[in-house]
Amino acid sequence: MDQDTLNYIFIGLSFALYIGIALKSRASSTKEYYTAGGGVSPLANGMATAADWMSAATFISMAGTIAIGGYAGSRFLMGWTGGFVLLTILMVPYLRKFGKATVPDFIGDRFYSKLARFVAVLCAVFICMTYIMGQMRGVGVVFSQLFGIEIGSGVIVGALIVFFYAGMGGMKGITYTQVAQYCVMAFAYTIPAFYIAIALTGNFIPQLGFIGDYIAGGEATPFLEKLNNINQELGFARYTDGSMTMVDMFCITAALMCGTAGLPHVIVRFFTVKNVQAVRKSACWTLTFIAVIYLTAPTIGAFSRVNLISQLNGIKYEDAPEWFARFEKTGQMAFEDKNSDGIIQYTGPLAYRASDGSLVVASSADAKEALKLSKDEANPNELSFGPDIMVMANPYMADVPPWAIALLMAGCIAAALSTAAGLLLVLSTSVSHDLLKKIIKPGLTDKEEVTWARIASFVSLAVAAYFGINPPSAFIAKTVAFEFGLAASSFFPTLLIGIFSKTMSREGAIAGMVCGIGFTLGYIVYFQFMEGDARDYLFGISPEGIGTIGMLINFVVSFVVNMFSPAPPAEVQQMVEDIHIPSGSGEAASH
Amino acid sequence: MEKNNARSHRIACLKLTLTLLAVWAFVSFGCSILFRPWMDTNMPAIGSVPFGFWMAQQGSIICFVFLLIVYAVCMRRLDGKHGFSEE
Repeated sequence: MDQDTLNYIFIGLSFALYIGIALKSRASSTKEYYTAGGGVSPLANGMATAADWMSAATFISMAGTIAIGGYAGSRFLMGWTGGFVLLTILMVPYLRKFGKATVPDFIGDRFYSKLARFVAVLCAVFICMTYIMGQMRGVGVVFSQLFGIEIGSGVIVGALIVFFYAGMGGMKGITYTQVAQYCVMAFAYTIPAFYIAIALTGNFIPQLGFIGDYIAGGEATPFLEKLNNINQELGFARYTDGSMTMVDMFCITAALMCGTAGLPHVIVRFFTVKNVQAVRKSACWTLTFIAVIYLTAPTIGAFSRVNLISQLNGIKYEDAPEWFARFEKTGQMAFEDKNSDGIIQYTGPLAYRASDGSLVVASSADAKEALKLSKDEANPNELSFGPDIMVMANPYMADVPPWAIALLMAGCIAAALSTAAGLLLVLSTSVSHDLLKKIIKPGLTDKEEVTWARIASFVSLAVAAYFGINPPSAFIAKTVAFEFGLAASSFFPTLLIGIFSKTMSREGAIAGMVCGIGFTLGYIVYFQFMEGDARDYLFGISPEGIGTIGMLINFVVSFVVNMFSPAPPAEVQQMVEDIHIPSGSGEAASH
Repeated sequence: MEKNNARSHRIACLKLTLTLLAVWAFVSFGCSILFRPWMDTNMPAIGSVPFGFWMAQQGSIICFVFLLIVYAVCMRRLDGKHGFSEE
């Protein structure tokens, strides 16, 4: 049986499973639609949250980004898992006690103002939109590989599937489907890693192989040393050094962490368990399940880097492995024979072509600059590919059995579907419930609310698909990183202050949110879309990490404005006292 | 009495939260970013991987999982002690 048939069978089976589960656990009331009735066990909720959490960006793009960035790629690993710690000990137990199902609901009530609710809805919509864009790109990459079509057509196929899928089940259906999706993802991600670890390091546990020796080349050398040497020979930064300043690294990691703690679609997940103690337990499970994949990602990144270079660099184009043609056909890998010798040469930023035609590696970027090379000499690299495809190309490189590759494809689709479905649910309820029913048109019936939710999810998918075809930044992981910056500068500080300070007034909170997200968005748009010069970066912080500064601005503005505004009413202060008492949360309120 | 109880629970909870956050910041921002060069040279390597690099890619994540387990266990005890348990 050939690879394509196997892929279709595995994906078909996984879809049948999801649809079966979704139909079996269909929501029978609006309460079940939004919060699954509050009766999901901590373990199941933990798994579902992990699936919701592990987006296509994580699943498809992260290992590739680490492979290229080396040490610098750790920002995603620490940022996303570390943020979960913040989320668990600072946010969700208190929000669960408060008991309303959406983040704008909390902000609207805590800051006793329609305007605050409105600003929160806008932030939620912005954040979810940016996130879905990243997902659509991921879906596109998978489908283009699956059907052998361009990414653009892949995005459209994916958008259609997500639309029908997300409209089906409501929160209850989604929760149980996500449990199944997590299982598919975990196996899909780790099984190829086992095979590759054995081939390269002789140790079948990838995490041990990573810290062990590289044995595939005959003589055993420490694995990371091998990687460092390869990188240096080709003119890249050492794998363990990466190419990012400490300030930038610090800010991006902080923005990712705080952004995680402000993600509306993850916070909503914890309303599906029965009380505050179950929330804490559920969060433990979630992080454990996430860690299974996050501890494997850096090993896959490192292994695939070694494999890619040893299988392609310095090889005659006609002799290139069979899988190379597969990725070439869909335009995700490309070979441009600059010196017409028919040999694939892969080089990094420090390499250049000397006048006699040989490849030389400069000792530093300045030394290379001083040579005043022509454009062709300065960039002799002949192989281009996006980091998004590393995870998918990886098993081919390592000769993993075809069924494991098919499982991986099913896993990629599960990752994109589960996150997109969760996001669309939050996005559409934000618009239909928080915006329309609570602010614009209070007399809305349940039926109209659902219709508006459908319209909202259709429009947002269409917009997301457009940006999935014309992505604002080259990599999925980067697009998603912006979204975390926005969440870090808006929701995180406002929720934190709302929970821990009972004297913060609505004026302070609104001003803080507006300034925080306004500054961050402006900075990202200026440097990413209006071709701002990287040399003008504030303190050398790239747009990915600017959310950290936006967050500080939010805090400062909130407290300054608070000093000049009246204190919140007594019942709001009492409410803040109450959410710190863990017992008596009862069932999550429906709307 | 009820009010006082809530207050002492809140203070104990805040102390635990701050302690956990200190560990959290130390393993991620401390070991893996700010003091990473120092950690690489002065701490024992994990297998063949320098300590700081290992912390950044593996160690910090393992620590995070333990932090959450400690949080869940300690908070359950705290709730029980102050009579807020629901189990």
